Amino acid sequence: MDLNTIWFLLIGVLIIGYAVLDGFDLGVGILSLFSRSEHERRVYLNAIGPVWDGNEVWLLTGGGALFAAFPIVYATVFSSFYLALMLVVAALIARAVSFEFRGKLEGPGWRKLWDWCFGLGSLIAGLLYGVAVGNVIRGIPIDESGNFTGSFLGLLNPYAILVGLVSLAMFTMQGAAYMCLKAEGEHLERMRRWTQGGWLAFVVLYLVATIASIFVAPHAFDGVLGNPLFWILLLVLLAAAAYLPLASRAARYGRAFLASSLTIIALVGLVAVGMFPRLVPSSTDLAHSLTIYNAASTPRTQMAMLIITLIGMPLVMAYTAYIYRVFKGKVVLTEESY
Amino acid sequence: MDPVLLSRIQFAVTAGFHFIFPPITIGLAWLLVVVEWRGWRSGDPTDVEMGKLFGKLLAFTFAVGVATGILLEFQFGTNWARYSKFVGDIFGAPLAAEGVFAFFLESTFLGLYIFGRNRVPKAVHWLSILMVAIGSVISAFWILVANSWQQTPTGFAVRHGRAELESFWAAVFNPSTVPRFFHTITASLVAGAFMMAAVAAYRVLRNREDEIGKGALRLSLVWGLVSAILVAFPFGHVHTQQVARTQPEKFAAIEGLYTSQQGAPLVLFGLVKDRPPELRAKIEIPGLLSWLAFGDANATVQGIDEFPVDERPPLWITFVSFHNMVILGLFFIAAMAWGVLQRWRGRLFEGRGYLKLLVYAVPLPVVACQFGWVAAEVGRQPWIVYHLLRTSEAHSQTVAAGDVLFSILLFGVIYLFLGGLWIYLMVKEAGHGLQPAAAKEVTA
Repeated sequence: MDLNTIWFLLIGVLIIGYAVLDGFDLGVGILSLFSRSEHERRVYLNAIGPVWDGNEVWLLTGGGALFAAFPIVYATVFSSFYLALMLVVAALIARAVSFEFRGKLEGPGWRKLWDWCFGLGSLIAGLLYGVAVGNVIRGIPIDESGNFTGSFLGLLNPYAILVGLVSLAMFTMQGAAYMCLKAEGEHLERMRRWTQGGWLAFVVLYLVATIASIFVAPHAFDGVLGNPLFWILLLVLLAAAAYLPLASRAARYGRAFLASSLTIIALVGLVAVGMFPRLVPSSTDLAHSLTIYNAASTPRTQMAMLIITLIGMPLVMAYTAYIYRVFKGKVVLTEESY
Repeated sequence: MDPVLLSRIQFAVTAGFHFIFPPITIGLAWLLVVVEWRGWRSGDPTDVEMGKLFGKLLAFTFAVGVATGILLEFQFGTNWARYSKFVGDIFGAPLAAEGVFAFFLESTFLGLYIFGRNRVPKAVHWLSILMVAIGSVISAFWILVANSWQQTPTGFAVRHGRAELESFWAAVFNPSTVPRFFHTITASLVAGAFMMAAVAAYRVLRNREDEIGKGALRLSLVWGLVSAILVAFPFGHVHTQQVARTQPEKFAAIEGLYTSQQGAPLVLFGLVKDRPPELRAKIEIPGLLSWLAFGDANATVQGIDEFPVDERPPLWITFVSFHNMVILGLFFIAAMAWGVLQRWRGRLFEGRGYLKLLVYAVPLPVVACQFGWVAAEVGRQPWIVYHLLRTSEAHSQTVAAGDVLFSILLFGVIYLFLGGLWIYLMVKEAGHGLQPAAAKEVTA
């Protein structure tokens, strides 16, 4: 396996880390839009309060790693998706500060403002991630010198919006599955229903999107049927997605969350299998696509980055696991809660 | 409008606003390492409460810093695509390393520090603030590596139309990394100390018996004096000497030396005219610049006239930023030294004037950081990577000027709103749990 492939996998791991972890954060934000009381709103905030910031670092590190390993993709995609990315960042800022600002003043208007920032910020980010992924799968107009020739409105095509809805349903499912571990009583019951409803929406939308992909992005299916990894991931996806509602109905919330997370992992994995070795297909001419070879940094840089990752990420995973253990269990609001 | 100019404005606004917060959080985090250690070891309620108060201020400031930092991770790609393609082989690695080694550490342990006070053993809780502080310094290191490489690039070769990595360590430890790192970290310690001192002074002014305020004042003044001295000498001095050696046109611009001379004078004051370069109403000390820069009062220092006109940085803004930073630096030493002297004489809490000064001085270290940053970055112009790539050739060609303008307005509005609220709420939180002085007198 060459370094380019290793980095393709590592970027995939970072995306998976982000989608699984910030995925439930974003889902919790979306669910908070449907809160029924002040107490419930605070349960949402405190359920993710200690961990959301660390979760978001997966995104920042992913951005840096993409810059280091595939700088041409970093430069081309981010400048192509200019306005969309600016909106994502604005949404992320709004939800990031709402945790701290919300509790600093009394008054229903003030709290409402930050509740909307938190909820809508999560929703917009969750939707636009999917739109961005949809566009990348479909391919974006890139000419032979690697320059984007499309427009912002071109990014809002039906297929990309469909993938956006898939991600919205997926994050809602993930958030609700997480909240089942954190909420109690009637709130828990509702989260259980949201898990199952989110699951149903996700399954239906994902099927539609997969069928749409065959027509919109046929290049994503080149040779995948002969790839054993494709079949393994598909099996994981089917098994996890089938098990999720069973676990949820049986009140095995830990397992349901695990199933939801596995679904996300397998889904990202399947997309990666379809893309490989392309990173960004060109919709004008597939030969102009950015691949793990023509968009890469030098082997020396990729090797240096690999060493940094091998030293750093095991530590990150160790203390992240520790933090999750410390904050395990239902949310109990105390004087020091947000 | 010119898309390059717009992208420069966008970067200046967004990076400048973000850079208000990290120096304060780095400085406060290290002060909290001391405060929480004392609270843990002695169990003294004053120390414990002090930790809680400043811990809240840290978390609040950190959140705004994190939120405004998200954009920075992406905007090299969004606004500076040609730059990103040219430097990607070198510049991306420190950004990624910052994520792996610093962002995870800071963010994860800040969550534990804020939410875990009553959940984990005291030793672990103290360890969590220590990890936040260490993480913040590692973060500063890697981002300064990236920035320093733009200033004094080494460890690369230009091939295939881009800078390719030749030696990782030579790129990381390029000539300006270490001087810039120590100068910036000590500047952050000053910013943290002034923040703590201002909050403390504010509380003591409201209530002379406030133990949290008095304790925080005693600690922050000594801490602030030591760091205010260190940021200037040796670190500011060493950094300037390095600039004189590695970027002589920047040195000439910030010092206001427009003609090469032997025994160059140090300009204390002057009015700058950009074209042609001229310094009016100047006050200078003969030979001092040569001596400071090269340890020899007769050394020759290159003036701006030695460099082609299209390779000179803007003169007015660099001179003004640098000199104001130095003036503020001297003020920090004086202000902290006076406080330490008053404390030693046992009169720290007597007069109100000095305490008021500390309250109103709170933005000044941040202002000094901004001045220093402007002097460093504008002093690098017209290059985005010194002597390798011009800023005018680095922006994203496929992004329309209107899109950049939209993002300036979008983030301009968001940041104005956040900045205003941050100041208002910091003032409010600073007085948290303060007993009204009058009520105290009645009970006494």
